[in-house]
This record gives sequence, C-alpha cells and structure tokens, in this order.
Amino acid sequence: MFQYVLKRLLSTLPVLLGISLLLFFMLRMLPGDPAQVLAGQMASPDDIKIIRHQLGLDRPIFIQYGFFLSRLARFDLGRSARTQNPVIKEIWARLPNTMLLAVAAISLACLFGIPAGIISAVRPYTWIDYLFNSMALFGISMPVFWLGLMLVVIFSIMLQWLPAGGTGSWKHIVLPSFTLAAFVVAFITRITRASMIETLSQDYTTTARSKGLKERVVIVKHALKNALIPIITVVGLQFGLLLGGAVLTETVFAWPGLGRLIVDSILARDYPVIQGTILIFGLLYILVNLVVDLLYAYIDPRIRYA
Amino acid sequence: MRQDSLLSIHHLRTRFHTYEGVLTAVDGIDLEVYRGETLGVVGESGCGKSVTALSILRLLASPPAEIRGKVLFDGENLLQMSLDEIRQIRGNSISMIFQEPMTSLNPVLTVGEQISEAIKLHQGVTREEAWSKAVEMLRIVQVPSPDIRAREYPHKMSGGMRQRAMIAMALSCHPRLLLADEPTTALDVTIQAQIVELMERLKEEIRTSIVLITHNLGLIAEMAKRVAVMYMGKVVEEAPVEDLFLEPLHPYTHGLLGSIPWIGRKMKSGRKQLQEIPGMVPSLLEIPDACRFHPRCSRAMEICRKEEPPLVQKNGRRVLCWLWK
Ligand SMILES: Nc1ncnc2c1ncn2[C@@H]1O[C@H](COP(=O)(O)OP(=O)(O)O)[C@@H](O)[C@H]1O
Ligand SMILES: [Mg+2]
Repeated sequence: MFQYVLKRLLSTLPVLLGISLLLFFMLRMLPGDPAQVLAGQMASPDDIKIIRHQLGLDRPIFIQYGFFLSRLARFDLGRSARTQNPVIKEIWARLPNTMLLAVAAISLACLFGIPAGIISAVRPYTWIDYLFNSMALFGISMPVFWLGLMLVVIFSIMLQWLPAGGTGSWKHIVLPSFTLAAFVVAFITRITRASMIETLSQDYTTTARSKGLKERVVIVKHALKNALIPIITVVGLQFGLLLGGAVLTETVFAWPGLGRLIVDSILARDYPVIQGTILIFGLLYILVNLVVDLLYAYIDPRIRYA
Repeated sequence: MRQDSLLSIHHLRTRFHTYEGVLTAVDGIDLEVYRGETLGVVGESGCGKSVTALSILRLLASPPAEIRGKVLFDGENLLQMSLDEIRQIRGNSISMIFQEPMTSLNPVLTVGEQISEAIKLHQGVTREEAWSKAVEMLRIVQVPSPDIRAREYPHKMSGGMRQRAMIAMALSCHPRLLLADEPTTALDVTIQAQIVELMERLKEEIRTSIVLITHNLGLIAEMAKRVAVMYMGKVVEEAPVEDLFLEPLHPYTHGLLGSIPWIGRKMKSGRKQLQEIPGMVPSLLEIPDACRFHPRCSRAMEICRKEEPPLVQKNGRRVLCWLWK
C-alpha cells in the first residue's frame, strides 16, 4: 500500500511540471502589460522600464521560466505584483477559507445526495423519486449568484438569522455552503441513483436477500458498497471543482477565498499570483484524485491487485 | 397429499407487469417436495424454472412481479407470511444456489464474510464463531486451505471454487430445503462432475430436500427421484425418474430426451444435455390457445388446437396432454 501511494505521488510530478509550463506561457500570451498595470496610467516610460526590470520581465522568456521553476522547487512563488507580499503568503491566507467552504459544501451535498439517490433507486418512478429528481434539477438549473442572493434576501435581510457575508463564525459559512451544495447535489443524487439501480439488480443482491438479510443490510452492505466507485468519482470531481471554482459564491458572500484572489489578480494582471494560485489548484486537484484512487483501492479489492 | 410433504405448491402463478403487457412466467403449477427427496425440474430455457424457485422465497421484486397461489412449507403459506417471517426462512430453512458463480457472489466482500453473515444472522452466534463455522463449511465443500480462502475475495477464485463457496453458504445453516438453480450449468465438464459428486455426498450427509433445476440429464438421473417437466410456465409432465426416462408420456418430454439411450441409472454425469426441439418457444405474450405446445408438437390432434389439455393421472404419474385421455 505504501509503495502504491509513493508511486502515485511521484507520478504527479510530471503533471505539475506540465501545468506550470502551460500556465507560464499562456499567461505571457495574454494582451496587456503587467508593468503598465502596476505603474498605473500616469507612469512615465522610464518608471515602467524600472518596474519591468524589477519583475524580470525584460529577460528572455525561457530564462524567466527557468527562474520560475527554480524558485518553485524552493516553494517560492514570487511576490505579488500588486501587494508586494510573497505569493505563497497570499495563497496561504485564503486557502483555509476555500477548503472550509469546499468541504462544507461537499459534505452537505453528500449528506443529502447519497441518501436521496439511494431512496430513489430503491423506489424508482415513485413520487419520492420524482421529488428528489425535481429538487436536483432545481439546484442545478439555478444560477449560483441568483440563488445566493435569494438566500441572502431571505435569511439575512428578512429573517436576520444569518450574516450576509464575510467570515468569523460558523454562521458565516451556512449560506455560501448551501448555495454551492445546491449545485453539486444534483450530480451526486443522479449518480447514486443510477449506480444503485445497477447494483440492486445484480445477482449478488439476490444472493444477499436469499440469505435472509434485512433489506437495510442488503442495500448498504451489499449494494451500496458496490455502487461507491462511480459515486466517489463524481464526489472527487465535484470537490476538485469546488476547490478551484467557487468564484461566484465567494463574490456574492464576500468570502475571502482563492476564487476571489484569482479573479482580483486577473483583473490586475498580477502574474505571480495567478501562476501561484493556478498551480495550487492543480496541486489540490491532483491530491483529490490521489485520494479518490486510494479510496478505489480500499473499496474494491479487484483494483488493489490490478 | 402424502404425510411427509415438506413443500407443497398449489396453483402458483407468477406474472410480470411489463410495458409490453402482462407476462405469465409461471402459470398455475402444482408441485410437491417430500422430506429428504430430490425433485428434478427440467425444461427449455425461459420456461419458468428460475421464476418458480425465486417465487418460492419471494425473491422477485414486486412490482413488476405478482405472485399468486399457495406455497406451503411445513404447512405454512410462505406467500402469506410477513417480510420478517419470510426472512427467518430464507437462508435458514430454505436456501438457494444460483446458476452463475461468477456474479452471484459479492465482489467487494470476502468469501468468509459472505458465508458467515448468514450463520451469524440465523444462529445468533458471535462474529468469531460464525467465521470459524464458515471456514469449517469451506472445508466441508473441499475448498483447499479454507482459512486462507475465507479471507479472500471472490475474484481470486475459479468458477468451481466459487460454486463450492456458494454451496457452503447455502448449506451453512442446515436448510431443510435447498433450491439449486442450475448449479453446474455455468461450469466446465470436469468441474461439473466434481460439484455433482460433492452435492451427492452432501445430500446423503445432511438429508436436505432438494429442488434441482438443471439441463443436465445426468445430474437428474443421479440425484433426482422424481422429475417435473416444465413448458411455458406449466408443469406438463411429472413422473418418477426411471419412468420418465424409460417412457416419456408427453411429446415435449419425448422431444427433450431425444434419442438418449437409457442404460440403467448409471448415466455419466455431464454428458447428456437436453435435446433441441424443432421450432421456437413462442413469446409469453402470445401464448398459443388450447395446448401451448401444439404448434411444435409432432402428434398434435384437432382437439389440441381447440381445448386446454386435461391433467391425466396414471400410475403415480401426471401428464398434461390429450394423447392420454
Ligand atoms: N424480472 C422479470 N421481468 C420480466 N420478465 C421476467 C423477469 N424474470 C423472468 N422473466 C421472464 O420469465 C420467463 C421465465 O424465465 P426463467 O424462469 O428465468 O426461465 P428459466 O426456465 O430459463 O429459468 C422468461 O420469459 C423471462 O423472460
Ligand atoms: Mg433459469
């Protein structure tokens, strides 16, 4: 098992390198001059030249990438062109918020989506199946910012139960995590339902029933365990997306996470921060995939030996 | 009805409500299984053998299945029991072996776990006791190094080993009735022979009644005392095994047996399969009028197309055919 983990970890290095390379060159191809942005509209050409030199932007592009990589190896992602703070510090200040929101949202989505999917699969084409199906559809078709604003209007402004934005207490996370979960839950419900309908019709499920097991045991121990692989795949995928893509929600709720950071940085052409954040997104995504793979092997013995 | 009847099926009718219409898979059959006896059930595929077995234990999802009639086990109607009561019976007094050893074991649970969970459930023993009983069962069905095998997952085992594990599972609570649905069909011939030998031996040891569904006439000859022949959801003939082989009454049975030379009871297992009968089995949605076999019957008469055949009782045999009226 340890060897498997190590092998999987090492195999992520080339992927990371690829991400960094793609990222570096794609950013350089964007129109607009970061030195110009940093210096402001009133700056003289000389000022801009000095800033460009400070940022290393006057060097050949391959050298710039070389510097970038060698710093990367020392976890030095450079300094923000905007705030002059080390990029790693900027990221580190927001990463826990993003993680917290993503974990809360995915947990909520699983907490509702998996049981809803199971119930739908056990009673397909009944009113409860249709109810869950419509709820899922509702969640997925609702624009995130609209749902977010509606929740704010209802729970913050009208009822005054929960804060409209910011961080600080558990109350602050309720609305943004519900907003995000509403979107994600549909995927989890649908895959759980499909996957469970499949495993519930398998021969081994009949075998389990033929032993006299309670229906609950048949469903959870025999059918659900077999249905978990596709469910975990979708949960992992959605979690990865949440880690990197909660931009709208973070904006609506003034949630200081990585999504906001990257949008602000793009608007300011703050290359080092954009690079660093996307790299971190890549890293997180790879980590999530690694965990998903390890879970596969844990759940399904056939994968362990493959 | 004889005194020592263990399972007594009256007018069992199982229908499936499908989008294409109502499909009658088992159409009012009557069967008796006596204590310690093996009843063979034969018939072409699709004639309702599996549905009969699954109906007995109510293992069909309902809807779409609708089961009618009476299934008396030890005098109690299984079809009228509450779910809790039927669960007490399943895997305990009546257990089942399925055709496909590859798909009927759960791939994500160890073989030992799958055997011991039934033991734990029905015998109220601890996990550890159930586990050691499961290992013991694997030893009884001659799985080599059973304590190691118990900790393995089904995919590490061959088809024959898995079927042994299935048998171990089915027998682990000493059932009084075993429903064996084509237990050897999916296995290759040498493995079939081993499984047959194993079942023969265990049958003697535990004295369970068996409903043996199979295509394998050798297996029927070796194990069964009586045979019921099914066609399109009906039992068209029932007879002691020798009588059936020596003198099949129903033209369908005749067709199934073909021209197998019948040499005493020692027909080698695994060799003789049912014969092909000319013509297609009609869809259950378009069951022929009157006798449902008449379109394929070489001896069909005028009346066979007009009226349902009568049940003829003759020297302890039953046949559903106009020929013997
Ligand atoms: N769940 C089901 N839904 C609809 N039809 C079914 C179902 N299970 C079995 N049948 C139909 O019932 C008939 C008898 O099937 P079965 O008992 O499996 O045949 P066999 O004698 O080969 O075991 C077949 O025509 C089959 O298509
Ligand atoms: Mg069958």
